[in-house]
Amino acid sequence: MIELETQLQNEQQVALENLQQLESPEALDAWKQTYLGKASLVMTTYGKMGTFSKEERPIIGRAVNAIKLALEAALSEKEVLVKRDALLKTMESERLDVTLPGFPVKRGRMHPVNLSLREIYRIFGDMGFQVYNSPEVETDDMNFTYLNIPPYHPARDMWDTFYTEKEGVVLRTHTSPGQIHAMREYFPNPVRVILPGACMRYEQQDQSHEIEFMQFELLVVDKGITFANLKGTMDDFTKRMFGAGAYTRLRPSHFPFTEPSAELDMSCIFCGGQGCGVCHGTGWIELGGCGMVHPYVLQNGGYDPEIYSGFAAGVGIDRTTLLRYQIDDIRYLRNNDIRFLEQF
Amino acid sequence: MKAPLSWILDYVDLQGLSLEEIGQTLTMIGLEVEEITLVGLEKPQAERLQNKYSGLPWPKDKFVVAEVLEVRQHPNADKLTLCQLNDGTAEIIVLTGAPNLYPYVGKGRLEKPIKVAYVREGAQLYDGHQPGQVLTKLKKATIRGIDSSSMIASEKELGISEEHEGVIFLDDDAPVGMPLADYMGDAVFEVAILPNMARDASVLGIARELSAALGRPLRMPEGLEIRIGGEIEQKVGLQIREPELNPRFMLGLVEQVKAVPSPYWVRRRLALAGMRPIDALVDATNYTMLETGEPLHAFDYDLLCKRAGGKPTIITRRAEDGETLTTLDGANYKLTTETELVSDTKGPLSLAGVMGGEESGISHRTNSVLLEAASWNFINIRKTTSRYRITSEASYRFSRDVHPALAELALSLCLRRMQDWAEGSALEDVIDHYPLKREDTQNTLTESDMERLLGLRIPIEEAKSILERLGFTCELQDGVLSAVTPSNRTDIESGFVGKSNLIEEISRIYGYDRIPTTRLSGELPPQLGDRRVGFEETVRDTLVSIGLQDTLAYRLTSVQREARILPGAPAENGLEYVRIANPISPERTVMRRSGLATMFELIERNDRNVDGLSFFEIGPVFFPVEGQQLPDEPHRLTIGLWGKKRETGWSAEKPGEYGFFDLKGILEALFQGLHHESIVFDPSREIPTFHPGKSARLMAGEIEIGVMGEVHPLVRQNYDFMENPVLAAELYLDQMMALVDKGFKVNSISSFPAMVEDIALIVDDDIPARRVEELIWRAGGKLLKNVALFDLFRGEKIGAGKKSLAYQLTYQAFDRTLSVADAAAIRKKIVKTLAYEIGAVLRDS
Ligand SMILES: [Zn+2]
Repeated sequence: MIELETQLQNEQQVALENLQQLESPEALDAWKQTYLGKASLVMTTYGKMGTFSKEERPIIGRAVNAIKLALEAALSEKEVLVKRDALLKTMESERLDVTLPGFPVKRGRMHPVNLSLREIYRIFGDMGFQVYNSPEVETDDMNFTYLNIPPYHPARDMWDTFYTEKEGVVLRTHTSPGQIHAMREYFPNPVRVILPGACMRYEQQDQSHEIEFMQFELLVVDKGITFANLKGTMDDFTKRMFGAGAYTRLRPSHFPFTEPSAELDMSCIFCGGQGCGVCHGTGWIELGGCGMVHPYVLQNGGYDPEIYSGFAAGVGIDRTTLLRYQIDDIRYLRNNDIRFLEQF
Repeated sequence: MKAPLSWILDYVDLQGLSLEEIGQTLTMIGLEVEEITLVGLEKPQAERLQNKYSGLPWPKDKFVVAEVLEVRQHPNADKLTLCQLNDGTAEIIVLTGAPNLYPYVGKGRLEKPIKVAYVREGAQLYDGHQPGQVLTKLKKATIRGIDSSSMIASEKELGISEEHEGVIFLDDDAPVGMPLADYMGDAVFEVAILPNMARDASVLGIARELSAALGRPLRMPEGLEIRIGGEIEQKVGLQIREPELNPRFMLGLVEQVKAVPSPYWVRRRLALAGMRPIDALVDATNYTMLETGEPLHAFDYDLLCKRAGGKPTIITRRAEDGETLTTLDGANYKLTTETELVSDTKGPLSLAGVMGGEESGISHRTNSVLLEAASWNFINIRKTTSRYRITSEASYRFSRDVHPALAELALSLCLRRMQDWAEGSALEDVIDHYPLKREDTQNTLTESDMERLLGLRIPIEEAKSILERLGFTCELQDGVLSAVTPSNRTDIESGFVGKSNLIEEISRIYGYDRIPTTRLSGELPPQLGDRRVGFEETVRDTLVSIGLQDTLAYRLTSVQREARILPGAPAENGLEYVRIANPISPERTVMRRSGLATMFELIERNDRNVDGLSFFEIGPVFFPVEGQQLPDEPHRLTIGLWGKKRETGWSAEKPGEYGFFDLKGILEALFQGLHHESIVFDPSREIPTFHPGKSARLMAGEIEIGVMGEVHPLVRQNYDFMENPVLAAELYLDQMMALVDKGFKVNSISSFPAMVEDIALIVDDDIPARRVEELIWRAGGKLLKNVALFDLFRGEKIGAGKKSLAYQLTYQAFDRTLSVADAAAIRKKIVKTLAYEIGAVLRDS
């Protein structure tokens, strides 16, 4: 009786000590077989319960129950540990070389000029400008005469024009004919539009000259529009497009369709205005032309120049794109070399 | 316009201003200084220089005025001379090869020493023997046994001109030992002249602008005192036939001239201004033109007398048809009545305002000069220059409208110079016919006029002062400024335009940078919008989101390039084009009609550099329309696919190659993105660019909205494509936009589970899949939510001429969970309908 109790206690001690040494699920199974299986002391003790006296039975029963529970608890605790160790071992064998490249995914991209254009829309959209489109093949009148550039006027030399075989029809050399179209459509309301689009000029192509290029033009017409407004609008645009560090100046110039006229210069974004190769040491980069809408042009649009005033500005989108991404050859834009386009 | 600083200083004092400040002053009043070329002067020392500088400074210790006292033959070289030279500190022997010193060999000690520019050892200067301007350092050398470490310089070596035929002979009064930079150091301002500033294509004009900007007085040059009429009328007659073309004509006479060289300072200024000095007579006319902006022309008076057989008469008139003239550059012109001429009684003498004739011009034999100073109609001059493709310094100016008043100033100045430089004797009497007088405009202006346009009230007194500095005659009364335009400019109109002109003049001198910077305010215009912009952005975003690359197209192309999209690439495609009258190259003679032609060229250009391409392009094409001046410019979306669908990478799953159904999938995704999915792909055999069995027209009801397909094998042959099919689509964006006018509605989502089952149907091979799918939808009723084809099979197992189409069908209700019986009922209906309509048989699984 006492002997059995001692035996059971020894069994528990040995079993728990053995359990500590085990590492694999198989060993745990064997352990379970040994100490909790049919032939184990615990289980055989249960089987012999009838042979014990009425007094012994509860004492032995309690003892064997306690041992069984202790062994089972220890086993399940050990099982968790062994499973985790086994999992860790498996994971070790699953280790990837994470420096291998990912599998390629095809990504679509916008053309850089269209990226710039969208940014320009966004900026001027915020300022209340609406997009207004007009034809790329234009009448001579729209492209020149209504813009105060009559035939044989010296200012015509400023544009190298492609003429079509149809009398009086040209490829537009600038987006400015859109000014007349827009004014005639908005009259007598105020006008605040951005005129984007392709323009064509008879030029020998090189690193910085294209026969086809994208330009946008601004036109604002209302009572009380001033040169000061023009300065403010162009300065805001430049800062949003090229960063808050960019600043602008207007330099007197001449365009037949504006009076007064100005060139818009931006501080060189490459050297911060200190002078570098891009800006030829001047610290300035030419962005475009602008000015107050010429009285004749207002008249041709239907507005009385003694009551209304307006400003216009024209900026190259291609050029803006070249500056934004530091592209050194304008021909990249229309050659559409995939090795160029893929960089965006 | 190249304006040397020394010349500008004749008319305005610029004391205390650096080159940098002068350059910036000019730039900021509208005379953009493109470059400042140093010819002796130092580059300004400042932290930030905003002008572009080039050229050669002459350090004062290295470049000095010296005199040649004697010239001897080099003992060992025929063409070299040894000069005994005094540089102000010592007498030195200097070796030269200058041909213009050679004549002095053996003359012994010169009675009148020759003043020269002397350069010492170690100086940087331009290499005289290399083309262009190549800097070199003057080092000690031994030439044929004689040491040589310094030199006498030519103009080329000093950066004055390209002249290297001989060394410079300075004027006799040049002070020996003086640093050369102090004596004649200079800088040339290269000024861009705006079309409305023709008056500033002259040194005097530029000086006037500086004087106005700086508030310093302008010193006018003084010419000969002239009188109209008198003695000269006995010597020459004048008739102006058409004042409209020739508003003014003046003549002066200089007798007993000599074609000697001009003083060196004149020749140097001309060279710096970009003109080649010739002799005192030619130089005087050119100098006066550069100075005043008025081109002059000199006739050989004795030749005119000879032609006339007595007193010559100058006649300005239109040419007669067929008249001819040989100009002084040797070119021969057949004239028309459009051309204005200066002629005499015998015939044409010169193309008025453009170029003189060969016969009557001055030469080194000329004894008396008849000098013409005239005014010409600038439009007529432009027509003449463009008709005969001839330009000159004179026509450059006359075609920009030179004020007739300048003729008088220029004539008096030039007469005086011919007298001074060519040792001639000028008549004070001149002939002046001015039949069409130019009225100077007059305008009024107030402070509020300026404020309305500028957003700034410039004080009216300040405005008056600015205009006066520019030469306007002003009067200020009760706040109203009235200004008469000076007789040197033609760009100020009158009335409301004149006001704007004056405001521009005032504001540019006042300084654009002093005008405030304000934001727009005020009422916003009505919202017209442009739907096409938003629509095209949606198309672009959708295509980019599914992996396509946006591109940008040239509009200009050629018919041949566009005909390449047809089998056999015919020379003509029989289409009407917007044709360019002055094409820049045979490759760009028309405006494109096809997006496909652009796309195929893009693929051709790129397919060597990558494994696969998926391009799209949005842009206009141009269709001439009968009876319409301008062409239609519909917009096109063109898609091009070629090669692998993605990069290969190292995945076991290799990318496939683009095929017909990839293109179709892209188009379907696009239409899904636009929420217009009822586009029908109509099989078509008549799109010449595409494979007849692998192409379709995209139809929205009766309206065609595009074409798509695999490129026809015969069209492929026209291009240098790499292997693999090329797939392309051209869609008509304007028609598409019209379709997606309306918005779209979002469907609710059922909270009951969907039921999915597969069904495979065997049908005749020639029944289009679209028909099968339509029938499934029709039979499925409203519980059928989705039909997705997942397998297509042809083979012996199902018999020849048959195909098996396997679909995954999804059923779902909004109010309950569907039972197996529900599904069976729908399925039964579908099978029955397809069996009845197209003889479909359910395939055993
Ligand atoms: Zn820079």
